[in-house]
Formats: sequence, structure tokens, C-alpha cells
Amino acid sequence: MQYALIYRETAAELAREKREPDAYWGAWNAYMGAMGAAGIMRGGAGLLQPPTATTLRIADGEWQVQDGPFADTKEMLGGFVVIDVPDLDAALAWAARAPCASAGSVEVRPTLPPPAA
Amino acid sequence: MARAAASPAQQAAEAAARTAYGRLLALIARDSRDIAAAEDALATALARALGRWPTEGVPAAPEAWLLTVARRELGHGRARAATAAAAAPAVALLAEERGDGPSEWPDERLKLMFVCTHPAISARIQAPLMLQVVLGLDAARIAAAFLVSPAAMGQALVRAKARIRDAGIGFAVPPPADRPARLAAIRSAIYAAYGAEWDDAASRSDLAGEAIFLARLVTQLAPDDPENAGLLALICLCEARRPARRDAAGAYVPLDRQDVQAWQGDLLAEGEAALRRAASHGQPGRFQLEAAIQSLHNHQRLTGHDLSAPLVGLYDRLLAIALSIGAAIARAAALIAAGAAPAALVALDELAPRCRDHQPWWATRARALAVVGNAEAARAAAHRAAGLTSDPAIRAFLLSDDFLAAQ
Repeated sequence: MQYALIYRETAAELAREKREPDAYWGAWNAYMGAMGAAGIMRGGAGLLQPPTATTLRIADGEWQVQDGPFADTKEMLGGFVVIDVPDLDAALAWAARAPCASAGSVEVRPTLPPPAA
Repeated sequence: MARAAASPAQQAAEAAARTAYGRLLALIARDSRDIAAAEDALATALARALGRWPTEGVPAAPEAWLLTVARRELGHGRARAATAAAAAPAVALLAEERGDGPSEWPDERLKLMFVCTHPAISARIQAPLMLQVVLGLDAARIAAAFLVSPAAMGQALVRAKARIRDAGIGFAVPPPADRPARLAAIRSAIYAAYGAEWDDAASRSDLAGEAIFLARLVTQLAPDDPENAGLLALICLCEARRPARRDAAGAYVPLDRQDVQAWQGDLLAEGEAALRRAASHGQPGRFQLEAAIQSLHNHQRLTGHDLSAPLVGLYDRLLAIALSIGAAIARAAALIAAGAAPAALVALDELAPRCRDHQPWWATRARALAVVGNAEAARAAAHRAAGLTSDPAIRAFLLSDDFLAAQ
């Protein structure tokens, strides 16, 4: 089954990227490397810091373009991967290994089946 | 998530409440075999006690009072869904009133433990079930320890209790021929509740106190099987080291660098005493051997003597009776300590197909590679191990130069 692991990080964790980049990226590189070596990765992307986001809405035909992410929340989207594992327990085990599991959260969601041909 | 430290009096009240809860629930559920209904009835009785005792005074025989109210509630089939958590203060009050004197009621908790670990109950729910019905823990706390959602844990517990009722699993001590296997199932569930990882990593669960309570209970109620005391010894000897596993900054400290002054002396003593008692039966088993291994590890640190050779011997005996990946990896680590890193690498290679995503295997392999001088491969293995742990402190340790430098 395919699951999306959606990584959210606290502001303090995001700040570590600048403050102690070696420790921050060392942990993420080790984690992503282990998933790659396990052969379960099917896609995904890490995202640049939230302030780089631009958010678009169309209301009554009007474009509303706004700097920054959709909403200021305690935890910000940091990236996501799609993995192929046997069941939810296996997906949760990989979610628990993410550095942000103890400095934010990881949402585990089954992906929709591919559209019928 | 660390819980605030409880005062000794609070801890004593909690322990007494745990005792009263399981004893009463076992008596109420014994005849009906309906644990869910018994829990509701007990919760109702406790809630009523909480309302009346503070004004009317605690009855002369509080357990009998609760039992009568709960059984009447059950008989009328009007059991309401009240939470056991809301009733906890009443249990504590009851325990304080009752003092430490022997109870007039039979202790049926061993039967309750046998029910929770019956072969007809899925192995994965046995430990959560026992934590709930014997100790009265709520589903959310159990769910957090077992890394599942509270809703899923709640449903699984409800299903398991329905199965006990519908399948008619009896509240009975199994026949002598089945007893060893059924006691082994109880021990497996208790050990699962402890949630220990090998190689002194932190326990995943914060239910260590509950696991020790259950291990003491099965040792006391079924003293005939020395493996029960072996399990108690193992958990005590591991748990004694918990305060030393993190330094002041929260960083992971491996066993060979721990401050032994921070070890908990009372747990060490309880563990060693349980191990001696178990060994006097002359029937070694998996938990006794694992406890003996932890005892040697502790003695090595406390006395400074190199006990790596006898440790390898104990791991060989353990693997001969209970083959497990964790023990096989720990044996390889003992080989490294005994100066046989090449042999450790050979042993690890044999386990490789089953350990691709197993953190302790990669960490042990990294140490073995470092000792034989293959620094580049050692770093790669340590990196892989770091990507496989869910513990931030251990991840940081595995990624530090410290990990491969000191041996």
C-alpha cells in the first residue's frame, strides 16, 4: 500500500536549519538515506522554508496572491514522501523515524488509487 | 513525554489503587466473563463511592461495599459508561482506608491475567488488554505506548473483551499440562508492556512502572515457575539504569559510559534477589538468562572486571533456547567487546537478510567495522543506523564522532 508521510516541523525545529545545519541535515539525510536504501520511496519532495511560499486564492474571479504559506500554524509543512509498504504499522514505523516526529509531527495518509485508464 | 515525578505518597496511593482495581474487577468479571460490563459496573460503584464516602464516611468493609454495588449494577443490567479514570481517586481513598492488612477476598488476578493472554485472543492486544483490565489504565495512555491511535486502541480493546464474553473464555487456572505455556504468554505480554529494546536503548514505553508491577504480581501469584522471577529480575536490572541513560543535556549515554552512581539501587537489589531466587530452582530459561546477562553487564561496570567472555557464553546459551534477532546482535556486540570483531562481522553477515531496516544491526556493524579499521564503511553503517532510529538522542549519538571513536 502507498502512504504519504507528511512532515510538519515546529518553528524551533525550522530555526535549527540555519542555527545548526550539520545536525539538522545530518538527521534528515540519514533518515531519507535509510528509506532510499529500503527501496520503499515512490516520490515526494522536501520544501524550502515557509516564508518562501506564495499562496494564491481565486474568489469571485479575483486573484488574491499573498506572501507566505496558507496559514500561520504552530507546525509548518516541511515536505512529504510517498512510500510503498505492506501496512499502516510499517508506515507508522517509518514515520516515527523522521527527525520531526519528536519536533513537530508526521501525518500518515493512504494515497488515492491511480485513476482508472 | 516525561510525566511529572510523583511524590512517594502519591506513588504509594497509585500502587495501592492499582492493586484494588484489578482485585475488584477480577471478582466482578469472574462469573459473568463480561469484562466490559464489569468495568462499567465497577466504575459506577467507584463514582458512587466518590459521591457518598466523603460525606457519609468510608464503610467498614469498603471492598465489600464496592463489590455489592457493582454486582447489583451488573445484575440490573444498567451498567453505565463512566470512565475508570474519574473513579481513580475513590480507589486511592479505598486503598488508604484499607491499609496494608491482608484482604478477606480471594485474589483472582492471576485468572484475569490468564484470560487476557488466552490463545484465542490476538497476541498483539494481550498486553494492552492486561494493562487495562488488571491495572485500570485508559486506552489513550496505552495507545501512546504502543504507537497506535487512541481510537484504534479503544476499538481493539472493545473487540477483545467482546471476544472473551462471546467465546466464553473461562476465568480459570489452566490445567497443569497447559500451565507453563500459558504463564509464558503472560510473561510475553508483560515484557511487551515494558517495551524494551536491546542494547540498553531507552524503553519505548513509559509503562515501565506498570510492567514491574505486573511482573511482581505474576511472580507472587505463580511462584512455581522460576521464569516469572527471571522476568522480574530482567526488567528491574534494565530499569535500574534508566536515570543514567541520558546526561544532563538529554544526550544518550551508552552503558559503558554511564554514571553508575545514578543507577537505582533498590531496583538493582530487587533484580539480583529475584534472579537468585529463580536460579535456585535449577531450571534455566530465556528470561533468567537475559537477566543474568544484564546482571553481568552491571557487574562489569560496578567492579571494572572484564566479563566479556562469560557474556558471550551466556548469549550462546540464550540463543540455544530462544533464537531472536535482538539476542544474536547483542552476542555480536559482546564478541566485539571480547576482542573478536572479525567473528562479530561474520555473525552479523549471517543475519543480514533479516536486518536491512534494523537499527541495532547497523549500529553494531558500524562498531565492528570501526574496530577492524574500515572507517569509511563504519561511517556509512552508522549513518544508516541513525536513519533507522526514532529516538532523537540515539540519532544524535550515532551521528557523532564519539560513537565510532571510543570502543
